[in-house]
Amino acid sequence: MRDPVFYDQLKRALVIMKKNLRVYYKRGPVVIFGLLMPFFLFLAYFIGRNMPVEQLFTGLLAMTIFFSSMSIGPAIVPFEARSRTLERLMATPISVWTMLLGDVAASFIYGLLISFVPLAIGLILSINITNGLVLVLGMVLAAFCFSSFSVLLSAYPPTDVPSTVMMISNLVKFPLVFISGVFIPIWDLQDWGRIIASFSPLTYFTDLVNYATQGISYYSVLVDFVALVGFAVLFLVLAIKIHQKSLPKRLA
Amino acid sequence: MENAVEIKDLSKHFGELLAVDRISLEVRKREIFGFLGPNGAGKTTTIRILTGVIKPDGGTASIMGYDVRKQSLQAKQVISVVPETSNVYIDLTAWQNLMLIGELYGIAKKDRFERAEILLGKFELYQRRNQVARGFSKGMKQRLMLCMALLTRPSVVFLDEPTAGLDVKSARLMRDIIRRFNEEGTTVFLSTHNMEEANQLCDRIAIINHGRIAAIDTPENLRMKSSGLKSIEVSFNKLVSVDVMGRLSNVAQAKKMGDKIRLYTDEPQIVIESLLAYAHSQKLVINSLNTLAPTLEEVFVKLTEKQGGD
Repeated sequence: MRDPVFYDQLKRALVIMKKNLRVYYKRGPVVIFGLLMPFFLFLAYFIGRNMPVEQLFTGLLAMTIFFSSMSIGPAIVPFEARSRTLERLMATPISVWTMLLGDVAASFIYGLLISFVPLAIGLILSINITNGLVLVLGMVLAAFCFSSFSVLLSAYPPTDVPSTVMMISNLVKFPLVFISGVFIPIWDLQDWGRIIASFSPLTYFTDLVNYATQGISYYSVLVDFVALVGFAVLFLVLAIKIHQKSLPKRLA
Repeated sequence: MENAVEIKDLSKHFGELLAVDRISLEVRKREIFGFLGPNGAGKTTTIRILTGVIKPDGGTASIMGYDVRKQSLQAKQVISVVPETSNVYIDLTAWQNLMLIGELYGIAKKDRFERAEILLGKFELYQRRNQVARGFSKGMKQRLMLCMALLTRPSVVFLDEPTAGLDVKSARLMRDIIRRFNEEGTTVFLSTHNMEEANQLCDRIAIINHGRIAAIDTPENLRMKSSGLKSIEVSFNKLVSVDVMGRLSNVAQAKKMGDKIRLYTDEPQIVIESLLAYAHSQKLVINSLNTLAPTLEEVFVKLTEKQGGD
């Protein structure tokens, strides 16, 4: 039987999502930044290197979905704390997990929509997509996983200064890009590199895109999917637990 | 269930600081309850506990019978909060702010549309409903927050310094609105520094200081019960020494106030008799004689100073 409280809270998470999209994502600079940031990173690394177009596409798609899904998420809670709207939200009949799920959902929608741009570029460049279903499902799971990660990054320290969180977030995000097979395929990494790469969720998405476009992957598709789901659940559960503890400190 | 709010032995620490120290109080349904105290006394912490924003370390609190800790969602469903500092979404329009709150409380679309239109009209914001709140004045933001608070038809509304920083007209409008919604059945929990406001609006008042309740009563009873603060103001046809007046029986203190002398006493009746006897013996004519009750502000200062000195 459906739990009415749980169902109500899910509906209210969608309300938070809608609010976030309006307040934080539906701005010209945010959309442009979401597209330009991975595009310039892509150009900086790939220009002048003789690489197959499928590998270029993998890199561009992976970076776009990773950076766009994590672009605003870490800053929402500190920003709301600073503008005192966090206190308003906490006084309304929603749980902490409801609010965080709404934050994740907004990041997810934004990340997924933005990532359709490199996908369209790939299609225009006649990238050979051998398994479209795996690619789209991978994009959906990756966008959700990275969005959950972004909300986890805002959990600690319990600050109301968005720039502090963004700095920490960047310290985590950039190294992950370099160890996740975006620039160097996983199978070309040394053993220690592959061990480190296995701790990054981006590795599994990159592997899925390689499979969907080149038909080759380091892990099996099932492992990639399970890893993305596992990381997403882990990030979300950790984010809820840590936020529940840190929110009173943030408000005090 | 007679009480809208029930607090028993509520306490809250922030590290070493004991912000709320085992306070107990009840707010009756349909009452305007004033919560007074100096800065840092524990008012906002108490309101934050009652509104489910922070959790208490000890004791219990319930709103309309719902335990704020164990039945947090149900308790929050029947309350609304208007904080001292504006917390509307400044990048959303007035209408979008209202809809956001309506949806978060699960109010049906038709109902929230109708109610929002009525409230925006009442609060003179209807013409500005499609403008983002960023450009609103403090008074307009305050009115929008009241609209948001009342959209959900709360059983209890918490108002934290609702008139602070408002101009005279806006403050008066705010007080009228508070009265009107209380008349319609909403219980009001009002935190304020404004003694005159508390005196005019509140059925009962609690004074909190250093995290403890110093007194709870009606404004009038607080004034009447406050020993040592009653006074008599007298003026004679000739100059009389303040020291002489201070030596009259039962006079605690005598102060010169212009051409009058104010005598502080616990026993105004006895002092008046002494004054009459003194005037008769000295062949003086009493020009004026008034008994004065303490103002709420004097009661507040006395209670908070007394505790501060403990």
